[in-house]
Amino acid sequence: MSDFFKSASVPRLDAAAQKEAVMNSIRSEIALVNAQELMNKTNEKCFAKCVLKPGTSLSSSEETCLARCMDRYMEAFNVVSRSYTQRISKESNQMREGTL
Amino acid sequence: MDQFHFDDATKKEISTFLEREQAQARINNQIQSFTSMCWDKCITGTPGSRFARGEEACLANCVERFLDSSLFMVGQIQQQQQQLQRAQGASS
Repeated sequence: MSDFFKSASVPRLDAAAQKEAVMNSIRSEIALVNAQELMNKTNEKCFAKCVLKPGTSLSSSEETCLARCMDRYMEAFNVVSRSYTQRISKESNQMREGTL
Repeated sequence: MDQFHFDDATKKEISTFLEREQAQARINNQIQSFTSMCWDKCITGTPGSRFARGEEACLANCVERFLDSSLFMVGQIQQQQQQLQRAQGASS
């Protein structure tokens, strides 16, 4: 009787499912940190570019600027990401050829 | 991680997974800091509805040249060290 409860209460259910859960929570944690960092940077850069003299409220031209700036910053992130990734794969190919 | 009762194979798999994720996170951090630095260098005007002429190319060049600069300076330091060693070898 007690043995039955013991084996039932320990969630041995599915090690694979537990593993997946751990990995997924790590993945989403990293993605969240990344998105937050990108948001902070975008805000910092676009505030500097678009809100030159802060008034009592955001003007419509400031808002237009902020919206465009956000799009451009994300685009810049993608351009940088692409050329950095290409560079990394180029250099790791060279290293591999060098050792062969 | 002990709360999960993983067997050794699973533990190993998770630690490999962690290493890979950490490497990817480091690359992502680099991309964030390059974007910030190259944005300041390349995007000089008010942001428009698309990149101005040359801005996109400037961003790509910025990353490449930053990495070139880093490699160049490592090379310089290595050369200086070799020269120093040669000078020491000659004097002794």
